[in-house]
Amino acid sequence: MSDFITEADGLETQEFILNLGPQHPSTHGVYRARLIMDGETVISAENKVGYLHRGIEKLAEGITYAQFTPYTTRFDYVAGALQPWAWCLALEKLGNIVVPERAEYLRVIVGELQRIASHLVMLGSIVLDFSAITPWTYVFNAREDISDLLEAVSGSRLLVNYFVNGGVNADLPEGWIPKVEKALDSMLKRLDDFDRMVSGNEIFVGRTKGIAVVSAEEAIEYGITGASLRASGLTFDLRKDSPYSIYDRLDFEVQSMPAGDSFDRYYVRLLEIRESAKMVRQALKQLPAGDIRAKVAKVWRPAPGEAYAAIEAARGIMGYQVVSDGTVKPYRVHMRSPSFCNIGIIPAKAPGLTLQDFIAFIASLDFVLGDIDR
Amino acid sequence: MVGFLTTIFNWAQGILGLPATSLADALPWWDILWAFIYFVGAVILLIINVIMLIWIERRAAGFFQERVGPNRVGPLGLLQTVNDTIKLLGKEWIMPAAADKLIYLIAPLLIVTISVTMYGLLPYGPGITPVTLNVGILFFLAISSVNTLSVLMAGWGSNNKYSLLGGMRTVAQIISYEIPMALSIIGIVMITGSLDLGTIASSQAHVWNVFIQPVAFVIFVISALAELTKSPFDMTEAEQEFVAGYHTEYSGIRFTLFFMGEYANLFSMSALGVVLFFGGANGPFLPPWVWFIGKTYVFILFMLWIRWTFLRIRVDKMMKFNWKVLIPISLANLLLTGVGIKIWQAATGAIKW
Repeated sequence: MSDFITEADGLETQEFILNLGPQHPSTHGVYRARLIMDGETVISAENKVGYLHRGIEKLAEGITYAQFTPYTTRFDYVAGALQPWAWCLALEKLGNIVVPERAEYLRVIVGELQRIASHLVMLGSIVLDFSAITPWTYVFNAREDISDLLEAVSGSRLLVNYFVNGGVNADLPEGWIPKVEKALDSMLKRLDDFDRMVSGNEIFVGRTKGIAVVSAEEAIEYGITGASLRASGLTFDLRKDSPYSIYDRLDFEVQSMPAGDSFDRYYVRLLEIRESAKMVRQALKQLPAGDIRAKVAKVWRPAPGEAYAAIEAARGIMGYQVVSDGTVKPYRVHMRSPSFCNIGIIPAKAPGLTLQDFIAFIASLDFVLGDIDR
Repeated sequence: MVGFLTTIFNWAQGILGLPATSLADALPWWDILWAFIYFVGAVILLIINVIMLIWIERRAAGFFQERVGPNRVGPLGLLQTVNDTIKLLGKEWIMPAAADKLIYLIAPLLIVTISVTMYGLLPYGPGITPVTLNVGILFFLAISSVNTLSVLMAGWGSNNKYSLLGGMRTVAQIISYEIPMALSIIGIVMITGSLDLGTIASSQAHVWNVFIQPVAFVIFVISALAELTKSPFDMTEAEQEFVAGYHTEYSGIRFTLFFMGEYANLFSMSALGVVLFFGGANGPFLPPWVWFIGKTYVFILFMLWIRWTFLRIRVDKMMKFNWKVLIPISLANLLLTGVGIKIWQAATGAIKW
């Protein structure tokens, strides 16, 4: 709008402050952006976080290692099952625990299913921010099947507490594997429907292509990880570049898109869903028999020391730094959460966007407030 | 009472520019009574329509989205809207402390008043047109653009940034899209030779205008969507950007009035489309008004289908689309229509070269 009305024309214009959030339909939680607006154009943006701060890092120091595991699912609640993985990896490093092979496979299967569910939420919510409600229901119906599967293995649908120190909580229930195949088939079919409906849509492409372009250098500078990084033309993925668990035995490709705009950030997730479905199928085929949990003492006291472990979570690199002083409780826990690092780019890229594009931009970064504030 | 009604009628006469005979002398008692019945009928039609439309919209949306939709209250969930209305009536009226009170309070009343007025103009069938005006279509377009005013009043009066931005967008959008809409209608007026809605409807007894003026029809549908602020042009509400746009600060019955106005306008705009392009109340076997309502509901379902399929376009692109695409095309269509009419007249011998 600033192209048309300027002060040179004798019309006085005034900038104003718009507090987008913490209660706003499309900030995906209690995120708040303090925007300085010129009409509909964003002049500058500032991240305001902390509305969901629960002090979990401090909480961890007062409870035992095993008690803290369920808390970890509360950070990125959209991808709950993946979250304890990094924590368990750190503990296993700390205590030199070798996880049984079957448990590793189960972790990959459940983790990738959760990644699919999480990416489906992202696809649904970005189109929802363009007011396309119908595609949203398609992907959420697909996610529903996966939630059923996760419920069958762990007992809960959202905060899936399946991973434990040394393995997984329980073995697969009977008849679960055919259900996975069926769910993946129907999910991929719905995803194709969604892809046809949205990805080629003139309005959607027009509103996402070339918007908020993040170059590869900028992405690295700002510490962006995960799919948002891979949308900038890089192929960095912990699953490939420093494989943990049994990812080195799976045949998969790291998906990436070249342009780094909102569209690529959306589309790379769509591609990753297909890749994850492939991985789940491979892992199910290779699934060995055996134990599902290493022998870990009930009252577990790791030797004093420090360990850091990171995984490729749904939104980027999720890392845990755990310090042990030899007691049953951790001395200090700190986590690197992907959403918090990813939103650092918002103030740099927001100026010049219209409000509508700004909404699309923050939706394409795919953050979860539980993951930002902890 | 008679004196009061006569005054109102004389006043309305003056505004509408009817012949200057005194209605009190010209009209016997039952005419005044009929006018009153028409008014009550229009209000009842509006309310029933809104209830049905909301139900249809929600069920249709459920069908499009692989879900059920409301199905608990009453048979097939038909009473869900009644239930919701009662709930909304019971809600607290919250007014922002810094609101411009007069403007804030008038806005929702205005939008419903306009909707009722538009219902009075529609030709529901031969002999059931509440108000027959020889400039019907002009009056219809003029009165429908007063909607802009009520939205702007709501946006301004609420003293809320989201409301203001939503209201401003509305003004830009509706005023712009009125031009291609009017231009698309002029072609039909040229063919029919009348501005009266009833005449336009009855002139399509043999062939519908949609086959004669297909381009105008497409332009009409697009501009009608924009006028109604339905997706893909629903910038004014845009809950993802503006929370609820111009009615962010309204609650209770005032919000209900906005909601009613929106759906009432959906019906009257679709009815206008039916009159202009689908032969109005013309149709075999069934009574005319059944045809009229049926066609209108098909038109509405078409609009809802668009609404639940498309994404929201960006504001600047929407304006560009209007000024750089729709208006040139509608002007070209107008030119072609004029040339076509002359050729037709020459071919049928109505004029001599």
